[in-house]
Amino acid sequence: MSREWPLWEVFIRGQHGLSHRHVGSLHAADAEMAVLHARDVYTRRNEGVSIWVVRSSDIAASSPSNKGPLFDPANTKIYRHPTFYEIPEEVGHM
Amino acid sequence: MPSLPDVAQADTADLAREAAAHGQGLHALSPGANQAAFFEVLLQIGDTTLILGHRDSEWCGHSPTLEEDIALANMALDLIGQTQLWLGLAAEVEGKGRTADDLAYLRDAWDFRNLLLVERPNGDFGHTLMRHFLFDIYHLALLQALATSSDRRVAEIAAKACKEVAYHVERTSNLIVRLGDGNDESHRRMQAALDALWPYVGEMFMADEKDEAVAAAGIAPNPASLRAAWETTVRNVLAAATLTIPESKFAHKGGKRGIHTEHLGYILADMQFLQRAYPGASW
Repeated sequence: MSREWPLWEVFIRGQHGLSHRHVGSLHAADAEMAVLHARDVYTRRNEGVSIWVVRSSDIAASSPSNKGPLFDPANTKIYRHPTFYEIPEEVGHM
Repeated sequence: MPSLPDVAQADTADLAREAAAHGQGLHALSPGANQAAFFEVLLQIGDTTLILGHRDSEWCGHSPTLEEDIALANMALDLIGQTQLWLGLAAEVEGKGRTADDLAYLRDAWDFRNLLLVERPNGDFGHTLMRHFLFDIYHLALLQALATSSDRRVAEIAAKACKEVAYHVERTSNLIVRLGDGNDESHRRMQAALDALWPYVGEMFMADEKDEAVAAAGIAPNPASLRAAWETTVRNVLAAATLTIPESKFAHKGGKRGIHTEHLGYILADMQFLQRAYPGASW
């Protein structure tokens, strides 16, 4: 077993934010300690109303080498952006 | 009086109201003597948070992990912030035109009224945490009682500090259990810290005539009244931490009367140097 504490990713919901946002990472022995550390490290300036922590090793991520097949095909499909529709005057600002 | 926090105990609130109703406000009795007692009790609280805050700050850049380093610095800042309020009020009560800074930086050791516990050297990280834990449980109980003080200024400062100290209690209790019930090495260090610091807990609950006068006026609790609840909480946490409380009832005392160990002198030399060498320096 490693002598280092595992890495945790920290997500904070801001005072006016809609969703939790990733703010950084830290080391802690378990989830309880990770929340306490997150409070001390990432909410010192009144940033948050809620904290999530998750083990970094539990996050499944896309592979950087797979970037082309995953994302490039969307570049040429401009019709997926809803910018070609004419909005009737009476609808007003959307 | 501000609205009482949920944590306030009903009986202390009742006592304070009763005292106020019977006209036992401090100003109603002999004002001079009672103001002096009030001043002393404010120094006991403010000097204790000042010295412990300074001790915490000594860890800055030296803690075992980055996260703990920031956490300890946060606690130091909480305590120094509370000190500004307590010593500010002490200066106001004293009425001699001194400020919180004057009291912090321009008094000598014999004028300090902090508990001997908080001037103990930091020792290892476990030792620092054990000292903090033993103090935090007392500190929260004290503040909860002060939040019902018959003096509005005291009640307001205490209500603000309660939230900070409730977090200190959560943090240090958590770490005491982890380290006490950790591996052989951490257990040994935590037990050694408890054995070394236990003789310094008794002073927190000792009451002299000043404490009694201020308690009678409903301004602060009688320190002795805080002991039973403190013992219950401390015993529960230490049991979970698999640590053994020493048998001895011996208690060092003197801090509240200005009789300190040599350690306070070193703290003050470090803390006060700048103001002593460059009077009035600011930044």
